Amino acid sequence: MLNLLKIWRNEKSREIIVQIIVLIIFGWFISWLVGNVSGNFERLGKDLSFEFLFIPAGYDINQYLISYNNRDSHLRAAIVGLLNTGLVAICGIVIATIFGLFLGVLRLSKNWLANRIAYWYVEFTRNVPILLHILLWHGIIINTLPHPKQAIDIFDVSYLTNRGFYIPKPIAESGIELFYLFTVIAIIFAVLFSRYSKKRQELTGKQFPVFWINLMVIIVFPCIALAFNNFPISFSIPELKGFNFRGGLHLSPELIALTFALAIYTAAFIAEIVRAGILAIHKGQREAAESIGLKPDKVMNLVILPQARRVIIPPLTSQYLNLTKNSSLAIAIGYMDLVATLGGISLNQTGREMETMVLVLLIYLCISLSISSLMNWYNYRVKLVDR
Amino acid sequence: MKIKALLAASVAGVMFAGSVLAGTLDDVRARGKLNCIINTGLAGFAAPDDKGNWQGFDVDFCKAVAAAVLGDANKVSYTTATGKTRFTKLAAGEGEILSRNTTWTFSRDVDLAQTFIGVNYYDGQGFMVPKKLGVKSAKELDGASVCIQTGTTTELNLAEFFAGNNMKYNPVPIETNAEAQELYKAGRCDVYTTDASGLYATKMSFDNPEAHVVLPEIVSKEPLGPVVRHGDDQWADIVSWVLRAMMSAEEKGITSKNVKKLAAQDNKDKEINRLLGKDPLQGLSKLGLSADWAVNVISQVGNYAESFERNLYPLTIVRGMNALYKDGGLHYIPPIK
Amino acid sequence: MAFDKNNYAPGTHPDLPPPPGTVGVVGWLKNNLFSSLSNSILTLLSMYLLYLLIEGGLSWFVVDAVVNANDKPGCRKIADGACWAVIVKRFDQFIYGFYPLAERWRIDVSFFLLFVAAAPLLYPDIKFRKYMLVFSCLYPFIAFILIKGGLFNLLMIETNLFGGAMLTVIIGVTSIACSLPLGILLALGRQSRLKLVKVISVCFIEFMRGVPLITLLFVASTMLNYFLPPGTNFNLLIRVIIMMTFFSAAYIAEVIRGGIQAIPKGQYEAADAIGLTYWQTTRFITLPQALKISIPGIVNTFIGLYKDTTLVVIIGLLDPLGIGRAALADTKWNGLSTETYLFVAVIFFISCFAMSRYSLWLEKKLSTDHN
Repeated sequence: MLNLLKIWRNEKSREIIVQIIVLIIFGWFISWLVGNVSGNFERLGKDLSFEFLFIPAGYDINQYLISYNNRDSHLRAAIVGLLNTGLVAICGIVIATIFGLFLGVLRLSKNWLANRIAYWYVEFTRNVPILLHILLWHGIIINTLPHPKQAIDIFDVSYLTNRGFYIPKPIAESGIELFYLFTVIAIIFAVLFSRYSKKRQELTGKQFPVFWINLMVIIVFPCIALAFNNFPISFSIPELKGFNFRGGLHLSPELIALTFALAIYTAAFIAEIVRAGILAIHKGQREAAESIGLKPDKVMNLVILPQARRVIIPPLTSQYLNLTKNSSLAIAIGYMDLVATLGGISLNQTGREMETMVLVLLIYLCISLSISSLMNWYNYRVKLVDR
Repeated sequence: MKIKALLAASVAGVMFAGSVLAGTLDDVRARGKLNCIINTGLAGFAAPDDKGNWQGFDVDFCKAVAAAVLGDANKVSYTTATGKTRFTKLAAGEGEILSRNTTWTFSRDVDLAQTFIGVNYYDGQGFMVPKKLGVKSAKELDGASVCIQTGTTTELNLAEFFAGNNMKYNPVPIETNAEAQELYKAGRCDVYTTDASGLYATKMSFDNPEAHVVLPEIVSKEPLGPVVRHGDDQWADIVSWVLRAMMSAEEKGITSKNVKKLAAQDNKDKEINRLLGKDPLQGLSKLGLSADWAVNVISQVGNYAESFERNLYPLTIVRGMNALYKDGGLHYIPPIK
Repeated sequence: MAFDKNNYAPGTHPDLPPPPGTVGVVGWLKNNLFSSLSNSILTLLSMYLLYLLIEGGLSWFVVDAVVNANDKPGCRKIADGACWAVIVKRFDQFIYGFYPLAERWRIDVSFFLLFVAAAPLLYPDIKFRKYMLVFSCLYPFIAFILIKGGLFNLLMIETNLFGGAMLTVIIGVTSIACSLPLGILLALGRQSRLKLVKVISVCFIEFMRGVPLITLLFVASTMLNYFLPPGTNFNLLIRVIIMMTFFSAAYIAEVIRGGIQAIPKGQYEAADAIGLTYWQTTRFITLPQALKISIPGIVNTFIGLYKDTTLVVIIGLLDPLGIGRAALADTKWNGLSTETYLFVAVIFFISCFAMSRYSLWLEKKLSTDHN
């Protein structure tokens, strides 16, 4: 008895004992769950198998980035869904970032009116559930825009209807390769050039108008390539045929509502993050920068933003992550994302809720974990070095 | 020592509790209520009235089973399910019967391990369009936007129909009938497709039903019927014979009005006697039902025709395929012997 | 001497009025709206935006709006603006769901008592705090009995009649109350020296934070029964609350972990030095400080959870949004989605905005305590 007490009193051995107990309880719990699952499956005559992924899905999807028809497998349907999730997430992130930055700057503006408008906008947007945003925008598009027959016509090439937006679709013809090549070259040039000018600025203090030069290069270069090959691009213009517009690029109301709702909801959070990040920089920094004669935009670009970025990026990434996760609400309006394909129709058609849900959870988990490890890596890189 | 004994006892208790599983009938009797899984809302089949009471053709069947096993048609507790959740809800034990216009298919019967106990409504998938589109046939629907309810056989039939006729379409998947209806009315889609019965029900709920037409094409076979879990044959037999009792009652002219009288007297037709408990029906005790089971069903819910007329005639649905065999329909009932 | 014509003795010059245009209305306008060219343009743009909003919005919202009508065509007959009649006609449903009319006082009483119970938790300076805390502990049981019934001659109410704002509050409050202790345990687990405990906590937290809530709710509604012994049947509402609890516990754990990490190392060393055990250190040193720092974060998590309760509509529970959708599905009100969703949005905005104000107030109060 005394020996036992001794072991218990010893910190090291006590830790081991506690861990063993935890392991036993945890192991028992897991085996209980597994036992229940297998028992239930046996009772219901089900089995755990992923073979369903390779049988034809049989249903159609109204938006696909890779070719798909109803003879393709459930696996391909799931990939189509995953790509649709990615599409909405990326579009949403881009719009949310631009809009959020704009709002954040307005919130810092000395202009009282603009400041107040931005404030109330941000407060209203972020205090209303995202699902409501999505439904509200979807409802507005469906109920207020006209039927295709009375579509709002924009220069005879684009049309707004309650079935979505139809815009011209560029179609590449032979000779387009040069255009792609020049675009890539222009982007590489822009990256290298901004690096070089940053280094030069750090060494000598001299600056190039980097943004304008890069913009010129990225626009002009590919255009030259196009002109060189006699513009190997044609446009497919949407036309009203039968029930709907045919041709062109069709953006469905679901895609628009979802992207828009996710973007403006997240933008409200981003605005606050940007504002907080800029305010977090000590006033003295700005004053010092102004006192050595930097112009306001230089103060922002060279002094405030590089420091604020360190504060802004981590919460910004988690907002991006939230946006991606929130895109799963697509199911409420029938946008065919991962949850609606694999976790929705495939689940219904095959009746394999365990397998499909496990896959859906794992895929989201992978996305989240990879984004957050990327963020950790970035944090590590920009970490302030204590001196 | 004491702790060890306690532990052993509790472990044994847990295992024991897991292994004891009463039959479905005993569960229902012990609870005093039948749990029935129904549609979230489809006029004529299952929809709440102004006071919040569920009414409809599928609801009537739940009531009939409750009348047979509990003696009281009102002892039913309803759980609603979308097309997506219905099978999981049934498998999870949230209800003993799934009475929610469910199509009997091979893979549902075999792969999902459900037991379909019969057909209570022969249906087929159709299309509804606004009259002003001027469409006369489903073959003219090339390029249309089509609202579909997800989680049903509908989307597969649709894909096959359009592919088979070399037509393109733009599917708009929706979770519930109500939402699909809303989108259809807002003009998000040109066509609404579901089982013809559902189309009639939806059409009648519009404020101007005559502005919409149901197209003549029926593109699939949809035998709808109640479903129970695999594995309890006694329960499956009870449910299927309740359905057959309602149909034989129609065949033999037994209605809720005359059932009490017929049960009291000796009838020439011995099948009526057997059904109403006048003459012994062999094997009834094996089902665990009392002799007056069918009397309860018919007196409290009515026969098949009564239920049909009460719920589906207001939707302008005619008997058609759903008439008895002797009236030119498909319902051919095994004899009660 | 050149500019001092009146020759005042030092210190006797009277205060001159400020230069014109720097104070008063003109000064304010100049400083805040028209300080520079770009600023003036911004002001004019904002004013135009406001004009558009008021011009278009006001007529739709108020002037042309209809409050009294029996259906949508009825609304349209009167005026072309918003048809608020759908809200007016179903207002009770938006609040109480399908809870029986005669029993609704029970909801009102529970809701009122919720504030009494929450007061000592939210306002640390309140009088009789100790006694009120006892009530706070009893409140969950009182509320449960009041709302669910089945005891003391109270009619038993089935949970499928719950709905509207009441359902939101029930799910939100229950989940947050249950997730707090779980979150604390997880946060402690994540900071634990015991490797195994740490690994389990981290896995749980990262899993819950890594997947969308809606998929967890799907798991709750379709799969949870596979993990339980055959025959166990949980009410859907309870399953949802369990999932919501797990979900918010993971977020709360991260908030509290932030609080724990903010405590200076010296505190632990001091606690070790005076020989406190782990649990004593946790109870007297770690948690009081960590919780205090993380209260604003917890309130923010609660706001997030409260907004997320709307997702239950996707698995078929009727929160205000669900009630709204049911109203829209009614053929009488088809197509009034803007009105319905805006109304629900305003309900959520008011409650969430109030909570975020409270959180800000608390943050300020706590931060002054520190200085």
